[in-house]
Amino acid sequence: MYLRENPEEIAFRTEVRNFVQCELPTDIRDRVLNFLRVEREDYVRWQRILHAKSWGAPAWPQAYGGTGWNATWRTIFEEECFTGGAPRQIPFGLSMCAPVLMAFGTDAQKARYLPRIISMADWWCQGYSEPGAGSDLAALKTRAERRGDYYVVSGQKTWTTYAHWANMMFLLARTDSEAKPQAGISFLLLDMKTPGVTVRPITTLDQGHDINEVFLDEVKVPVENLVGEENKGWAIAKYLLGHERTNIAGIGMCRRLMRRLKEIARSEQKRGRPLIEDPYFRQRITKLDMDLMCHEWSLMRLISLESGNKAIGPEASVLKIRGSEIQQHLTELLMECAGPYAVPFVPAALELDSTAATAGGKLLNPLAAQYFDMHKISIYGGANEIQKNIIAKAIIGL
Amino acid sequence: MDFNYSEEQQMLADTVGRFVDKDYDFETRRNLSRSAAGFSEDNWKLFGELGLLALNVPEEFGGMGGGAVETLIVMEAFGRGLVVEPYLPTAVVVAGLIAHAGSTAQKEKLLGAIANGSRRFALAALEPQGRFDLWNVETKAVSSDKGFVLNGRKSVVSGGGSAASFIVSARTAGISTDQQGISLFLVDAGAIGVTVKDFPTIDGLRAAEVMFDNVTVTADALIGVLDGGYPILDAAIDCGIAALCAEAVGAMSKLIEITAEYLRTRKQFGKPIGSFQALQHRAADMLIALEQSRSAALMAAAKLDAVDATERRAAVSAAKTIIGHAGRSIGQAAIQLHGGMGMTDELAVGYYAKRLVSIDLTWGNSEHHVERYASTFS
Repeated sequence: MYLRENPEEIAFRTEVRNFVQCELPTDIRDRVLNFLRVEREDYVRWQRILHAKSWGAPAWPQAYGGTGWNATWRTIFEEECFTGGAPRQIPFGLSMCAPVLMAFGTDAQKARYLPRIISMADWWCQGYSEPGAGSDLAALKTRAERRGDYYVVSGQKTWTTYAHWANMMFLLARTDSEAKPQAGISFLLLDMKTPGVTVRPITTLDQGHDINEVFLDEVKVPVENLVGEENKGWAIAKYLLGHERTNIAGIGMCRRLMRRLKEIARSEQKRGRPLIEDPYFRQRITKLDMDLMCHEWSLMRLISLESGNKAIGPEASVLKIRGSEIQQHLTELLMECAGPYAVPFVPAALELDSTAATAGGKLLNPLAAQYFDMHKISIYGGANEIQKNIIAKAIIGL
Repeated sequence: MDFNYSEEQQMLADTVGRFVDKDYDFETRRNLSRSAAGFSEDNWKLFGELGLLALNVPEEFGGMGGGAVETLIVMEAFGRGLVVEPYLPTAVVVAGLIAHAGSTAQKEKLLGAIANGSRRFALAALEPQGRFDLWNVETKAVSSDKGFVLNGRKSVVSGGGSAASFIVSARTAGISTDQQGISLFLVDAGAIGVTVKDFPTIDGLRAAEVMFDNVTVTADALIGVLDGGYPILDAAIDCGIAALCAEAVGAMSKLIEITAEYLRTRKQFGKPIGSFQALQHRAADMLIALEQSRSAALMAAAKLDAVDATERRAAVSAAKTIIGHAGRSIGQAAIQLHGGMGMTDELAVGYYAKRLVSIDLTWGNSEHHVERYASTFS
């Protein structure tokens, strides 16, 4: 056992920290750290800055223009980007579609899409969930019918993050309706500008618009946009879900929230003293800080498994559950920092240059909305209850 | 970072694991716990032969020169078997304390005796009025022409009944809640004026109340600097807490295995009760708590030799708090999932739950350690 960072890792951490400090545009950082709205162009700008530094694809092999970093370096990179106030790298192309193309795509698909993913010339979205297929993904009903050189795709996708910003979608559709649910599914790549694609916004609890419904009405997808074999898409879907697990713990986000929490608890007052000195509130921060510290060690243990080339399976479920709970507690305490001023909420003030008046100040305005928005993380990517099913079956053997 | 055992560490884990699996079944443990001594002298000898008692003794004093990870390996295995021998006070806490703070003469005399199993020690640090506060010391040591004279009472001294000698914290200056002015003394259990009252504990171990009535020790019984004993004590107890955390992880993992087996075999409504989702989720919660505890125990072990003592304190207190909570919730869930059987003295389940709760209440419960952690950040 060697239970500390080695000198190379420490040096790399410093390098990333300095890079983020110098190169991250301050307007983007201000949006991110103050819980303001982050725009499409902000994500693209930051991705291109990273790409120019050759850091655009931390998890890709070097052969495809990635960094070739191991899991530990990727985690350090992610942590430092998050804590430095960088927006997340949008995962749908980089961490979802790309690994699938590398493993299952044709040479032509790889040559066409991978460079455009890393430079963010394309913005991808994920066409998985449907109104009738959430946790039970294999119940999906969207159909793709082969007609000559095209699949004709009809159906409805939902919860599609940034579909309104995306020009490409990877999706699962049923190509054989006779087969068992898991068989007869294919993995297709869709140009969002194809006739028959309609994107409708879904407004969430924070009055934000990140997610959408996507209606597909007789949409023609060229057969060369099939990835892997027809009717073998379920294996690809599972491969994708099992890929790139390091961010599942949300450590970077947790650290960013914890720092923010302590900052606000130092500046808010209770009975004439900084809130952070109030014994009751301090105790709650303390417990969360302990949980976070321990959670970091859980992530490092998981990474060590991955570095040892051992398969990471159900262990990731434990990390996902804990990570979501800690992030939710953090936003809960952040909200409570604001006291009565947590309640007034002016959505317009979530824009960086907004001059809209807020009741308790621009710092406190987003906190309740942020708290409610964080409810999503125990739902997406396999609800926590599904994760517990996985733990009970795969780890405990029930 | 690398969380894999080295070859030597794997051998150690195998050796101790075999001993627990082979020689430490539940019946054996229960009988040992109920015996007059409360543990087995034969096992103690065996620990000596296996080198376990020499684990935390530096090589130049006849030991193995092991570190926090080796201790973690042994304690985790002991936790799985609910081992009752008072290994922790002698081989971890006192061995570490002497190796860290003893004079060369003290090291030569005491560490060899620990390593070869000829002498057991206990740390007499807490007092009735002080709860878990190590600095709350009213036991007094007054210097005399022969050395020092000690008066006072020490509470819940783990392994105190079978110890040949105590390391005693006593006040040599200041008022009863000063961290300054505490000194550490080596006192023989047989010295005139020492009274040891041994009590059974809820988890089947032993702890003693130890009274000192005009006990005279020579000047060379002082360990470390006069009035400067507190940081030594604090560090030694932190080593003990890290070891307890590892023991708890072993106990939790075994308890979850026992419970999972029961869920697979016990049938109600015509099927194994483990097929019911409500119980599956309860079991999953137990596993999540175990995984957190495993991380916490490693974190504590990793930070024991941190250059900055604040970093060590924070990690140890965080680990102790997390493991305290986890131990309680896993223990209660295990009993709950066993239904009425979980309440009986027949099954091992309750014994594991009791040990886990006792660990929470040893050397600072969650409340104590939350407060301690809270003092480490601004």
